[in-house]
Amino acid sequence: MDRERLARFGWALGLLVLLLAPWLGIYPIFVMKALCFAIFACAFNLLLGYTGLLSFGHAAYFAAAAYSTGWLVRSAGWSPELGLVAGTLIAAAVGLVVGLIAIRRQGIYFAMVTLALAQMVYFVFLQAPFTGGEDGLQGVPRGHLFGVLSLADDRVMYYLVLAVFVAVFAAIIRIVHSPFGQVLKAIRENEPRAVSLGYAVDRYKLLAFVLSTAIAGLAGALKTLVLGFATLSDAHWSLSGEVVLMTLLGGMGTFAGPVIGAFTIIGLQNFLADRVGSWVTVIIGGIFVACVVAFRRGFVGEALAWMQRRKLERAAAGG
Amino acid sequence: MEILGIPLQAFLGQLMLGLVNGSFYAMLSLGLAVIFGLLGIVNFAHGALYMLGAYVAWLSLEKFGLNYWAALVLAPLVVGALGIVIERTLLKRLYKVDPIYGLLLTFGLALIAEGVLRDQFGVSGQQYPVPEALQGATDLGFMILPNYRAWVIVASLTVCFGTWFVIERTRLGSYLRAGTENPSLVQAFGVNVPAMVALTYAAGAGLAALAGVLAAPVIQITPLMGANLIIVVFAVVVIGGMGSILGAILTGLVLGVVEGLTKVFYPEASNIVVFVIMAIVLMLRPAGLFGKEK
Repeated sequence: MDRERLARFGWALGLLVLLLAPWLGIYPIFVMKALCFAIFACAFNLLLGYTGLLSFGHAAYFAAAAYSTGWLVRSAGWSPELGLVAGTLIAAAVGLVVGLIAIRRQGIYFAMVTLALAQMVYFVFLQAPFTGGEDGLQGVPRGHLFGVLSLADDRVMYYLVLAVFVAVFAAIIRIVHSPFGQVLKAIRENEPRAVSLGYAVDRYKLLAFVLSTAIAGLAGALKTLVLGFATLSDAHWSLSGEVVLMTLLGGMGTFAGPVIGAFTIIGLQNFLADRVGSWVTVIIGGIFVACVVAFRRGFVGEALAWMQRRKLERAAAGG
Repeated sequence: MEILGIPLQAFLGQLMLGLVNGSFYAMLSLGLAVIFGLLGIVNFAHGALYMLGAYVAWLSLEKFGLNYWAALVLAPLVVGALGIVIERTLLKRLYKVDPIYGLLLTFGLALIAEGVLRDQFGVSGQQYPVPEALQGATDLGFMILPNYRAWVIVASLTVCFGTWFVIERTRLGSYLRAGTENPSLVQAFGVNVPAMVALTYAAGAGLAALAGVLAAPVIQITPLMGANLIIVVFAVVVIGGMGSILGAILTGLVLGVVEGLTKVFYPEASNIVVFVIMAIVLMLRPAGLFGKEK
């Protein structure tokens, strides 16, 4: 089977499993949570994998939306769909401000600046009067979608999450294949050349950054609706690190990579949480080290490289 | 006597605390600058190494009855040795790839260190007593100065400027700097560059551990103490500009003081003032205060 067909087959199979998941006896809250983080990782990958920008503070946008959607739906009585839209826009607005500052530095400095500004967002959520401080924002109702469909039913909620996930996934494929996406890749490969070709590189990077933070926000907003709360751990820098790990582990710069990475990490955390205690952090750290030292292309990247090698070998043997 | 409505005592007290914090910022950002300047690695594990220094001090007192002065020598040696192991087994594989991987690898290492210590000692803070010789306080007439705090400031400034002197003004320092510019040429002169690089990382790690021991009597020792500090130190580094060692020292000290004074005048902002300053500096000087524009 060639690569194209194998990929299409893989996606169809993945989608089928996801569609049937609630009927297969898989715990729906787990899949919903994993899907939210998969959206988050896809958003992050749009920036790191396709534009070459390592943001080390993506939890800030996830949390900005998680908190604002939670507050709007719970305290202001907004409907869930309006809450999702508002959360996404607020995350994008925070992203715009951070982006305007951070785009001024490159590479490793960009990572440090985004990390530091995200920490500032963390302290705002720690101290602001509406966030519940250490306790977080609790008891967010799921409400009724468009005023009719009750999301209190896990299955209804599940299909909403899945629909959003598929839409985001398709949108990212569309963005990457658009002329805009091609310019982003050119910037990733050789920024000075992109500048010399006359592209307003900073504006492209900023737009990619805001897009990525908006989608990260959508993931956070959706997570609040699913679980009914937003807490400081949504804003903590360790979550920013986890989303890097999800992307790296699955394979950055690939479409399926971040999704596989997110399911792996969330699955591992769920599985290990009550079995090994503090060792979860150690294991996650160990995976990080192993990825960077031995496994830099991630699951999908390594698989693609393996198939490429085999194809070449076969061509050599046949010719 | 009052300054802008704040009692002089409280003002000077916070100024003093700010200087103490500033000394830690200076020592840590100096270590980061040395490691980044010579190895090209952004050492996210720096906070974890600082935390390990404090734990080595605490453990050597609890388990072996070794006093503060012994810990001051022991901790940098132990953590420095760990640094050599890390450099020789892991970091050396990353010199030829994007510096982003160095950041991610050391982030993973920091998680491992944190998780292991949390499993061993829990999250509650440990206390380390102030050494006998430095207990008490001196009355300066206008304020009461705790002896230990004065010692921290003097000791870390001595270490910082000593490091600066070694790197900028001695033959060893010129080898180090030449080694980053052109390793093969320096190697041809008979200098063992890989050993020099490993020792440099060890020295940076040792500096972090030394800061950890100095901090042990004035803070709660917890597995998270380094994680919370490292991000402020990153902001300090961005503000100072990473190229300059003197820049790292001065920026660290000044930001500690600024943070201390913010606590006096507007306590709510004291956690974020460093990040606000970072944002402003980046708008005006993207390369940082002491950095060179590329």
